[in-house]
Amino acid sequence: MDNLQYIRNKFDQLQAENATSGLQAIRKKAFDSFNRLGIPIKHEEWKYTRISPLFNKEYKLNQATPVSWKELEEIRLPGYEQATELVFVNGIFSFPLSTIRSSHILVMPLEEAVKSEYREIISKHLGHSGKYQKDGINALNTAFVKDGVFLFVKKGQIVEQPVYIYNVTDSRSGNVLSQPRSLVYVSENAQVQIVETYGTLGLDESFTNQVLEIIVDRDARAEYYKIQNDSAHTNQVSTTHIRQIAKSYTHTVTISLNGGIIRNNLNLVLDAEYCEGHLYGLYLQKGQTHVDNHTVVDNVKPNCFSNELYKGIIDERATGVFNGKIFVQPQAQKTNAYQSNKNILLSDDASVNTKPQLEIFADDVKCSHGCTVGRLNEEGLFYLQSRGIPSKIARSLLLHAFAIDVLEHIRPEPIREYVDKLISERLEFDGHD
Amino acid sequence: MLKIRNLNAGIEEKKILNGINLEIKPGEVHAIMGPNGSGKSTLASVLAGRENYEVTAGSVEYLGKDLLELSPEERAGEGLFLAFQYPVEIPGLSTTNFIKTAVNEIRKYRGQEPLDAVAFLKLMKEKMALMNIDQSLLSRSLNEGFSGGEKKRNEIFQMAMLQPKLAILDETDSGLDIDAIRIVANGVNKLKSKDNAVLVVTHYQRLLDYIIPDFVHVLYNGRIVKTGTKELALELEERGYDFIKSEVAEEVDR
Repeated sequence: MDNLQYIRNKFDQLQAENATSGLQAIRKKAFDSFNRLGIPIKHEEWKYTRISPLFNKEYKLNQATPVSWKELEEIRLPGYEQATELVFVNGIFSFPLSTIRSSHILVMPLEEAVKSEYREIISKHLGHSGKYQKDGINALNTAFVKDGVFLFVKKGQIVEQPVYIYNVTDSRSGNVLSQPRSLVYVSENAQVQIVETYGTLGLDESFTNQVLEIIVDRDARAEYYKIQNDSAHTNQVSTTHIRQIAKSYTHTVTISLNGGIIRNNLNLVLDAEYCEGHLYGLYLQKGQTHVDNHTVVDNVKPNCFSNELYKGIIDERATGVFNGKIFVQPQAQKTNAYQSNKNILLSDDASVNTKPQLEIFADDVKCSHGCTVGRLNEEGLFYLQSRGIPSKIARSLLLHAFAIDVLEHIRPEPIREYVDKLISERLEFDGHD
Repeated sequence: MLKIRNLNAGIEEKKILNGINLEIKPGEVHAIMGPNGSGKSTLASVLAGRENYEVTAGSVEYLGKDLLELSPEERAGEGLFLAFQYPVEIPGLSTTNFIKTAVNEIRKYRGQEPLDAVAFLKLMKEKMALMNIDQSLLSRSLNEGFSGGEKKRNEIFQMAMLQPKLAILDETDSGLDIDAIRIVANGVNKLKSKDNAVLVVTHYQRLLDYIIPDFVHVLYNGRIVKTGTKELALELEERGYDFIKSEVAEEVDR
């Protein structure tokens, strides 16, 4: 059966089975968009990342399968004993696998949230990312929004331990298309750290189309960390949409280490005066891993500050893409927006496409951008070798030094150590002579 | 200790060294002087094993080994040290971590156990006092944002930590004021012994007021055209390099 036809049937089935759901209308609207927009083929924003072939495969969509923690040990993040753990399997939130270890947060299915006292938040913010992701992929996720969660951080509360979100794909019995979807609301004067990671059971192919929307209210602080270290037969489009609706602070770090095709959309919407946002990214690629980071910083209101630093180390036949957009809307005077993208290519077959894009409609702003693509610093290598450090170790030290100014922004210590270890192992393992 | 015979080397198609002959014995201090472009830094680089130089003829014997066959890290393991003219800045690599790795890799090369944290710290403290260097400098990224003097002092500090048998100082005085030169020279002198040797590469004589050479060689057009004692350095300082150039020209004419 044609894959798109399968998706249509699934959609009809979903709507029929949930006729009274408060999410009916949102889904319907999104599905219409999906039908209109389709899968991006000749789409400017998808120039270097071709995902249409992924839709030629047959997948099972939103398939619930039984998974136990025993099977997930490998992807479990250190420090989990204290952390709140939210687990999605094939895009479906799993209550039995999840544990909430903080009284400062509420976690409820979106289906329930839309009927609860939080319904206004849901109707106001769920799907806001669609304004920035004008393609069928985002619409497809929204069209199937059902089994995701609403994560509410209570007013004035500091969530001391991070919230870990695991996106698990179980492809042990056929290809899987999963679409995790959640909405996070960080209330006034609250603080939270969210760490997201991905893992796969099984050897069949998978395609994860994820959307996470985070709303940050007055004087709140949100940190978001994404760690992508999945298998080569897993592909994903991962959209993180952060909207600061009042003076607030956000901080994101995106680490991409392994996978098939990885496309990250990170939007930072500075929708109030005096917002501050930091965006860091590190992609360390080898094999044929393709990592595409598309970021948007939208300065809607005046006096906001944003700083963006993405770094890449690309080896073997891997390809990297960085596209960083900064919008400064006419009203957004006194914007400070900085962007930098630096890349090291370690092999002749590795490549990167980097493109800063500034669209400035206000006249009293400070914006800068820069990008570099180069080889490992030969002079630095010789310097280290001349001190008795073998070239393999010298390379690893230099690459680690290159990565450090992204790594040091991972604030939860167990996570920083965990990522640092993954990276050190990778750099040693990959050392060339 | 070091025997250089008829060394010819260049970069890409350009010949820079045209038959260098030089012998250095343990306990000696040699100075190589010469005008800009004479090949001083090339000689230092070739000895340390910088990759982009090609040796086209000649040999270098170091402690009975063929130096040119060794990789840069093996040369360091064998006790060769080059103080860089332009020490490289490496953001993100802490100076302490760098030096610790270097010390222990060299120990490993020599079949010694690595220093543990306590022993390493003790050695660091001792050499820091010797070089009058501050802890805060060492916890910073390697050479990043260091002043010229700090960079050079860091080079000599590394030398103190690695205790080389043959140290080559490549224009260590360039860009330094007289106080910084004195500190650097003082460090070098304290490290001198009857078992190790120093090769000072310099454009000016003034460093040699502090590091007294046993021999001074004048390099010109890739060859050593004159060898003398420290008085030769003073003569060069007084008369400039032109008298050497004219002497060489006369020789060619004859």
